[in-house]
Amino acid sequence: MADAFVYDHVRTPRGRGKASGSLHPITPVELTSQMLASLRDRNELDTSYLDDVVLGCVSPVGEQGANIARVSVLTAGYAQNVPGKQLNRFCASGLEAINTAASQIMAGQSDLAIGGGVECMSRVPMGSDSGAMAADPRVAYDTYFAPQGISADLIASKYGFSRDDVDSYAVESQARAANAWEQGYFKNSVIPVVDRLGMTVLDHDEHMRPGTTTDDLANLNPAFVIPGEQAGFDAVALQRYPEVEAIHHVHTGGNSSGIVDGAAGVLIGNKDIGEALGLKPRARIRGFASIGTEPTIMLTGPAPSAEKVLKRCGMTANDIDLFELNEAFASVVLLFMQQLDVDHDRINVNGGAIAMGHPLGATGAMIFGTVLDELERRDQSTALINLCVGGGMGTATIIERI
Amino acid sequence: MKTIHFEVDSDGIALLTIDVAERSMNVLTPELQSDLSESIDRISSDDTIKGAVITSGKSSFVAGADLMSMVNAFEDGRSAAEKYEYARTFQQILRRLETCGKPVAAAINGTALGGGLEICLACHYRVAADNPKSVLGLPEVQVGLLPGGGGTQRLPRLIGQQPALQLMTQGKHLKPKAALEQGIVHAVVAPEDCVSAAKQWILESGDAVQPWDKKGFKVPGGAGLMHPGSIQTLMVGSALIAKETNHNYPAPIAIMSCVYEGTVLPIDAGLDIESKYFVTLLMDPVSRNMTRTLFINKGAADKLVRRPKGVEKTEVTKLGMLGAGMMGAGIAYVSAYAGMRVILLDRDRDAAEKGKDYSRALLQKRIDRGKMKPEQAEAILERITTTDDYAKLEGCELVIEAVFEDKGIKADVTQKTEAVIPSDAIFASNTSTLPITGLAEASSRPEQFIGIHFFSPVDKMPLVEVILGEKTGDRATAVALDYIQQIRKTPIVVNDSRGFYTSRVFGTYTNEGMTMLAEGINPALIENVAKHAGMAVGPLAVMDEVTLELGYHVAKATAAALGDAYKPNTAAPVIERFVEELDRKGKRFGAGFYEYPEGGKKHLWAGLQEVYPHVDPQPSPDEVRKRLLYVQALDTVRCLDEGVLTHPADGDIGSILGWGFPPYTGGTLSLIETVGLQAFVDECDRMASAYGERFAVPDSLRQQAKEGRGFYAEQPAQARTAA
Repeated sequence: MADAFVYDHVRTPRGRGKASGSLHPITPVELTSQMLASLRDRNELDTSYLDDVVLGCVSPVGEQGANIARVSVLTAGYAQNVPGKQLNRFCASGLEAINTAASQIMAGQSDLAIGGGVECMSRVPMGSDSGAMAADPRVAYDTYFAPQGISADLIASKYGFSRDDVDSYAVESQARAANAWEQGYFKNSVIPVVDRLGMTVLDHDEHMRPGTTTDDLANLNPAFVIPGEQAGFDAVALQRYPEVEAIHHVHTGGNSSGIVDGAAGVLIGNKDIGEALGLKPRARIRGFASIGTEPTIMLTGPAPSAEKVLKRCGMTANDIDLFELNEAFASVVLLFMQQLDVDHDRINVNGGAIAMGHPLGATGAMIFGTVLDELERRDQSTALINLCVGGGMGTATIIERI
Repeated sequence: MKTIHFEVDSDGIALLTIDVAERSMNVLTPELQSDLSESIDRISSDDTIKGAVITSGKSSFVAGADLMSMVNAFEDGRSAAEKYEYARTFQQILRRLETCGKPVAAAINGTALGGGLEICLACHYRVAADNPKSVLGLPEVQVGLLPGGGGTQRLPRLIGQQPALQLMTQGKHLKPKAALEQGIVHAVVAPEDCVSAAKQWILESGDAVQPWDKKGFKVPGGAGLMHPGSIQTLMVGSALIAKETNHNYPAPIAIMSCVYEGTVLPIDAGLDIESKYFVTLLMDPVSRNMTRTLFINKGAADKLVRRPKGVEKTEVTKLGMLGAGMMGAGIAYVSAYAGMRVILLDRDRDAAEKGKDYSRALLQKRIDRGKMKPEQAEAILERITTTDDYAKLEGCELVIEAVFEDKGIKADVTQKTEAVIPSDAIFASNTSTLPITGLAEASSRPEQFIGIHFFSPVDKMPLVEVILGEKTGDRATAVALDYIQQIRKTPIVVNDSRGFYTSRVFGTYTNEGMTMLAEGINPALIENVAKHAGMAVGPLAVMDEVTLELGYHVAKATAAALGDAYKPNTAAPVIERFVEELDRKGKRFGAGFYEYPEGGKKHLWAGLQEVYPHVDPQPSPDEVRKRLLYVQALDTVRCLDEGVLTHPADGDIGSILGWGFPPYTGGTLSLIETVGLQAFVDECDRMASAYGERFAVPDSLRQQAKEGRGFYAEQPAQARTAA
């Protein structure tokens, strides 16, 4: 089996996912094109060698519809022989895109590819693609569908994480992200987004609130009381988890991932193409796995997917230097730390989506890059990238520096 | 045609008058369906007919399907394909009606429910009479079914998904004017103008094509999963149905699916979807259970099926009510409301007046809500006389005592009363715990002594349990039942036993809950599973409400009464510990199994886990559910065996209406039939060895399972002829 080497990665900054957000005027195709152009330009890449561009996108409708990967390849000025495909594994789409690109390289059916993702949540709101899961009565009823916020609160209620626990976690995420930006840990990978005249529109993650304290967060109202109590979803969750006395709504806008716009891409290839094109390999993708878990609690996939990929790679959690688990909700990370017995100083060391935001389809590729940069900075070797996924899934990837 | 009178007037308008013989209301008999079909052929083929008006020859329009045929449909042995053909028959007749090429108007002179309203929806125009007694609706969900005559397809196409779903998933009835506001009918007119208004429409505009058969039709308010409003309706609606039904009732979500899946299709394809979902409900025991217990058997109970034959009809005009506490006050209210004079007697006038205040408060509420005029309320209150003087009881045909649960006190009031009341008057005790035969010993005429057991709150609870002591005579039974009919409640008749039927069997539920707690089962699991199984309140919460102290005293009293024969049940140690050691006696005392924080929501006491540490592993929710429900079913079988119950229908009705056993089961005995007799016996055998002899299977049930003989084995044949 061929090795899938990671040659480079870039991401856009994350803009607030609303009309006042800096990236709101930028179309998803434009945002993706700038990301792809940057990856090409900084590697002086002859794009005709690319066998595929695989991009994750969770709401692939409207201006994100009709295979945004192929469209962005064309608008970025890539060679026209480069195909593109868009995929959707919900919140892990960006990571799944990398895994998909890597698997073709490992299988010898591809030499060089880009995996990444995009989501402009200010322009194509979450849920724009509808779907049977939540709204086909038969499906929603039979699978005990509940929205993610309820699932996150269910995790907190079932595993005993208090409001204080989740808020404390969020404060630390903000502090770590602020520190990482201050120290310039992200500067090599975040590319400024520019407008039509080449003027910078955004060069930093604008969702962050450095200096947030637990007192600040304690003032926020729980976000999921209304769907829980008035739309019936608490009851649905308890029907599936009757051992939980009641759902405690602990998650707020302050301890959940932020809604943002952004795009990211990772350049992957086999050894020979790297040598031929003069690219320097930075890491090797050791393995990856996805898994399905109970869909009502929905967000408990990280631990089983991590265990699955560790087993596949013949490793244990102790062999991993850094964990990067998407901060969809604070309780998701707290549960993972409990289940895999991982200390907080080994996971999400530069903060995460609670501080910087979670551009759904792009996040997997963003955190992949973040943790690779951090391994290099610390001169450590292995990292496990992991995301909880809608519908009750988890996706995990292990990388190792070369 | 026997059920439809068909005449054509000089304008060429056919008037179809539905009149099903030997029925007080028109129901959709096979004959009516075939007459309707024949009428449609005539309307469509006769060139001299310009259009048609459908109305009824009775005061109501058409009241719906023949429920008995629905009960029988569950076990008629027909395949899904055959049931589908059956389901299609009526639905396709209505489809032919709306596509017959001539305008058809419904003149809805009175109540149109279920299939009755579906006939109207298949007409091109609907005019309803402004008849105060008339209601319109699609109540099929209440018997576990869906509107299978096109209702799930036409109503949302007419008024939009959300309002249609609200009407159909809740089975709500509308007055004609509300139906007009919702757009279900086109006009409401004076009753005498109903047919002429319908004819006028045919002559003046008479469009023979339904909106949904026109090109470019769109469902009002949107449909499908590409429409934001529709997505929201379906998503939240599905969750609320899950919340309301706990996944125990298949009909509401089936209705929702018919609407969702059907409204994105041409109507004919939508109708096909509807029929298929309808068949799944016909094949589900829930519909059989609800129809059999809550409509057919409850209907028979309301008509006093257990009343002794040969006793002349009686009427209570003056009721004596001893004790003006919570129960006495409630009984006085419902009796005065039903038109009786009530002598409300207590130790002193003040106490009696306090009891009357209860009626004042309830009536004031009705006035405030505009449901009653002040002078009507005043008339009811005037019928209640408060007193402390037994002499006022003179002339009462029936006296009910609801004094303190103490044999001595009850004996005293019995004797004081019997000294005054007429020699043929009946004396009843509302005791919920003391055997009637024992109380009757204080009576000089025990054959006129009977138990009439009400449930609290009396004005809301629909059931009354009549208890026959050993010496209770037929006339006492008849008077008690006639009285219960006067106050419009549903009676069951049981024989004397400790706890009678309802209190006794309900006790097995709370006991099982406490027993599981003591075994180390997570109390949240016990309470939630109980609610998810359809019980109104969890067993631990119920104990807190009635107080553990009461349970403690009842157990002590029972022990004293039975002496050496007393065997404490498995929950007795739990109650003792909470009352004697932990001083957590229930909600009234501020602490029980639950904590009652001031201004906050109650929650399970955190200390429970120290008192009864959780075992690992915990049982599955399904196992907890079986224990809570099956233990009640088994004790009901024992009540039949012991003669406490004389008929299974009383057991089923009493369990649902008395203590809120879940309606989808059809009652404690129908539950066994639903599980399957042999499967139920096998599970109980397993549970008996795992949990104890309270799950031991009675021989009678084992025998029934062997023979495959259900509790209602002989009934369907009788019922069929009755239908």
